[in-house]
Amino acid sequence: MARNFSIQRQTGFTTIAVICFVALYAPIVILVVYAFNSGSSIANWEGFSLRWFAQAWNNNQVIEASWRSLRIASAAAVLATIAATMAALATTRTAPYRGLTFKYAFINQPLMVPEIVTAVALLIFFSRIKVATGYSGLGYLILAHTAFCIPFAYLPIRARLEGMDLTLERAAADLYATPWQTFRRITLPLLWPGILAGLMLAFVISLDDVVITNFVKSGGQDTLPTYMLGQLRRAITPEMNAISTVFLLLSVGIVTLFFFISRKQD
Amino acid sequence: MPDLPDKNAIEVHGVRKVFGTGETQVAALDTVSVSIRENEFFTLLGPSGCGKTTLLRLIAGFDFPTEGEILLYGDDIAPLPPFKRPVNTVFQSYALFPHMTVAQNIGFGLEMLGKPKAEIDARVTAMLKLVKMEQLARRRTSQISGGQQQRVALARALAPQPKVLLLDEPLSALDYKLRKEMQIELKRLQHETGITFIFVTHDQEEALAMSDRIAVMSTGKILQVGSPWDIYDRPAERFVADFIGETNFMDAEVISVAGDRATVKLLSGTDISATFPAGTTPDGKVTIVVRPEHARVVAASTKSALSGVIENIVYLGTDTHFHVKLADGSPFIVRQQNSRSGPCGFDKGESVGVDIASDVAQILKD
Ligand SMILES: Nc1ncnc2c1ncn2[C@@H]1O[C@H](COP(=O)(O)OP(=O)(O)OP(=O)(O)O)[C@@H](O)[C@H]1O
Ligand SMILES: [Mg+2]
Repeated sequence: MARNFSIQRQTGFTTIAVICFVALYAPIVILVVYAFNSGSSIANWEGFSLRWFAQAWNNNQVIEASWRSLRIASAAAVLATIAATMAALATTRTAPYRGLTFKYAFINQPLMVPEIVTAVALLIFFSRIKVATGYSGLGYLILAHTAFCIPFAYLPIRARLEGMDLTLERAAADLYATPWQTFRRITLPLLWPGILAGLMLAFVISLDDVVITNFVKSGGQDTLPTYMLGQLRRAITPEMNAISTVFLLLSVGIVTLFFFISRKQD
Repeated sequence: MPDLPDKNAIEVHGVRKVFGTGETQVAALDTVSVSIRENEFFTLLGPSGCGKTTLLRLIAGFDFPTEGEILLYGDDIAPLPPFKRPVNTVFQSYALFPHMTVAQNIGFGLEMLGKPKAEIDARVTAMLKLVKMEQLARRRTSQISGGQQQRVALARALAPQPKVLLLDEPLSALDYKLRKEMQIELKRLQHETGITFIFVTHDQEEALAMSDRIAVMSTGKILQVGSPWDIYDRPAERFVADFIGETNFMDAEVISVAGDRATVKLLSGTDISATFPAGTTPDGKVTIVVRPEHARVVAASTKSALSGVIENIVYLGTDTHFHVKLADGSPFIVRQQNSRSGPCGFDKGESVGVDIASDVAQILKD
């Protein structure tokens, strides 16, 4: 009898599931397929070729934007993860007190404030600093990315910390480990999968950002996503598909890598 | 009983520990004072929530007393953080480091003390031998059984040769048979290492079997401290008598006191001699306790202290329990060893006498 109550047997379940899958994956499949089109249309299939990958590879602007994206994402992910780790330690290794919830909200602010608002605010803020200091390097983008990556790095780290047995740290202290030794020898190794998860999540999020980047970047500071957005204003060729396909592979690769690392740790 | 040196390893002076504030305040420890001697196997015994763990945590330094002081070999340890106290703990959950091997766990304390590698290796090997875990040195702690984890936790806490070892219900997670084995093992370890053990349990049998001295606790207070024999045979208070083993409580009246013995008149009219807690002078109406195994069921015709009717007979293999309803209506339990085979010779519903051995009754503090 219980089988009859299974959600999979409810009327319409299969239909809705299929629609969701198609809506999620069909566009991506089509995008990837047309990356290999030998013609220059993204709608008419003319045969298989790798010419668009080759063209993207030889396009200096694409390569430059990619490098810039990777550099910003790496720096922002590392900074955000360090900040998130400290924040997670501070919010879990303490007895609950009034205002702790407020602190969570404060740390997760980028998840709540509309991105466009942050973007405009940063644009105004940074432009003043630019004028005052004369510096106009990648630092602004890295700072901005760090800020909105923190909550993404924070959540998995905090989850890991909350699942961790506090008596382990107490046991270390009992065995003559100073607080710093306890952190380095016990807390950090056990926290590592959470930190890696946070790092990779932050990396992918930063790599993907358009809105804030578009507002904050100075001239000649296109990242891959903003470069692609710029190209859309002109004729679209399967080169965009090719770039997107590589981008997709990179993201999936990172997430898979993380999955295996965290599996091995447990 | 072994001869114990009189030096005190730990002295607890008037320690109070209050959790919470205002209306939600609880005194987990209420003015506790106790001295624990060097090389002693000392047990804190009491029901759940009586403050045993709290007292251990104060000694280990994970928490601080609200009032009072704790001395370690005469020195106040209040200013020392846990990692500077020469005191180690075996945690109830073991708290083994999951990312280290058995050997790394055991060596951790010595490593943190900055001992040279050769010395650490030698000690780890010795400790592994002591707890009979040589074969499993390279295993992860998640890959060994509960009993083995227990041994590793012990070895890890013993390796730095602490002055005092604190054990918080270390055997409660083990099954009955393993627990019995580990009880003997722990006694052996304590004997071989000569380290002062403070052991926490709520299992009275375990406490009696293992301890040199026992402190019985209830709701944040220590009620009685003494050898297992003292605690069992000479309980000072009703709670102690009731918590440890089965007991018969009886009303009686003190007739006379001579030295450390008193003569009391039971409700049945019989006079018996009884002991009383040192430092008290019993008089008037008192409560006395008699352990079930210190009484005997005899034929009704025999001259005896009490008489009654057998309400129930429970055969338990090694001994038999007689539930007797005394002439005044109160229940009384007699436990008799089955020293010969065959039926006990009494029947349910039979009128019998109950004889009490001399000097076994104890008068409680009122
Ligand atoms: N951190 C705390 N905050 C508030 N109350 C506490 C805290 N720790 C202990 N208590 C209270 O103090 C009392 C004693 O607790 P404790 O843990 O010492 O008991 P215990 O004798 O070890 O019990 P058990 O046998 O269940 O382990 C309990 O009433 C408990 O609720
Ligand atoms: Mg406890």
